[in-house]
Amino acid sequence: MTPLLIAQIALTLIIFVALLSSAAGMVYFERKVAALLQQRLGPYLVGPKGLLQPLADVIKLMFKEELRPRAADPLLFALAPIISATAAFAAFAVVPFGAETTLFGLLDTPLRLQVADVNVAILVIFAIASMSVYGIVLAGWSSNSKYSLLGGLRSSAQMISYELSYGMSLASVLLLANSLSLTDIVNGQSGTWFGFVPRWFVFLQPVGFLIYMTAGIAETNRAPFDFPEAEQELVAGYHTEYSSMSFAMFFLAEYINMVTVSAVATDLFLGGWHGPFLPVSLGWIWFLLKVAAILFFYVWMRWTLPRYRYDQLMAFGWKVLLPVSVLNLIVTAAGVLAFGL
Amino acid sequence: MTLFYLFGAVAVIASLLVIAQRNPIYSVLLLIASFGALSGLYVLLDAPFVAVIQIIVYAGAIMVLFLFVVMLLNAPQEDTELDMRVHPMLRPGAMRFGTVLAVGLVAELIWALTATTGSASFQPGPLISVATIGRRLFTDYAFPFEVTSVLILVAMVGAVVMARHDAAGGKR
Repeated sequence: MTPLLIAQIALTLIIFVALLSSAAGMVYFERKVAALLQQRLGPYLVGPKGLLQPLADVIKLMFKEELRPRAADPLLFALAPIISATAAFAAFAVVPFGAETTLFGLLDTPLRLQVADVNVAILVIFAIASMSVYGIVLAGWSSNSKYSLLGGLRSSAQMISYELSYGMSLASVLLLANSLSLTDIVNGQSGTWFGFVPRWFVFLQPVGFLIYMTAGIAETNRAPFDFPEAEQELVAGYHTEYSSMSFAMFFLAEYINMVTVSAVATDLFLGGWHGPFLPVSLGWIWFLLKVAAILFFYVWMRWTLPRYRYDQLMAFGWKVLLPVSVLNLIVTAAGVLAFGL
Repeated sequence: MTLFYLFGAVAVIASLLVIAQRNPIYSVLLLIASFGALSGLYVLLDAPFVAVIQIIVYAGAIMVLFLFVVMLLNAPQEDTELDMRVHPMLRPGAMRFGTVLAVGLVAELIWALTATTGSASFQPGPLISVATIGRRLFTDYAFPFEVTSVLILVAMVGAVVMARHDAAGGKR
């Protein structure tokens, strides 16, 4: 075992644990921000400032009874949450979150701060996002309940509709960066224009960024696009029949997907780990700050905007977002041809 | 090589199980597994781009639509009225044609596997970048590419016309 391999394995474990705890952290963050926006206090009893509330929630979920409807398909019912959670974890594997480091000279060859450096990383993220639909669809179908089925069907229709715009916004960035590797894309955003404007792609791709964020909300089934689990119409949508830890897995997948979408947005549009004041070796602090900012934006959206109607969502996806993203892609391609960016 | 056999075995077994299932949902899922294994084979062939596209297009987009249709039709069991003891060649026309095609496929496979000797290893192609694939697609292979896209367009228009026809007929 070379030191590099040991460091790589340790890093993978750290990322895994960090993702798990980020979901717990997001639960607390979401509740606190929601309380802030609604002039409430939020959780404050369990632990200092309610910090142990997520832990209490997890313990509660673990000791709940695991229920399964009699008419449900046992195999798929058990498989669906696993698919959801696995896809959520897998997508983060190709996301880089810091510059190469030798850990203060401990390693001979620098270590990349990501699980796997794939040269088609953008496409891998897109592929895994398209696979995560299955967890939700199968949960909806295998529960053998009308609310679950409707939730699952809505979710698949929604994800198919928004995946196109999502892919187009990714394509416009990779045109600018001239690479499919996320590390290359981040490195293409180092430096500044005129000495003070960072060379982030968000300034070259403002429309692409907006499309990405909108489609990202739809992909992660968050409000105002949370139709798969619209409470008033569908009880809890695809996970109506789930309880205990299998419900927790869907919950986990949703929050990890949010973190992944934010992390990818940071890498694609906000310059990844590049930022002023800090040395490159501490760039991951910038990365975490940017991800936290986008996550705050997501939570803010959820507690500010009411849910749309389902037909409005589909019409918006196909008649507004898709044409705009195609136009954006064409303009970007023309710009790259004309100015050779 | 172990990985090759692993992915190959998954692909073959999953494909066989696709047609052995009574429940169409399981068939769809097994087909996805088979596509996933094929994607693994592409990775082993140093073609990561094709591997990921295989997942995005087939396992992601097309199979979601399949699953969607199967769920909407809600056909839990595929009932067959046919007597399975009857010889395939004596069954109705479509099945007879299918038998002929199956025999042809098996013959072709046997020919393909025996025609090349085991030792003949082919030259691995140069590592192809996405840019190269795009350039080749729009220059050398522009005609097949465009024909394929027209074919898909025709299928799409056909599907819309067929769906519309029913709706218009209902109103009249």
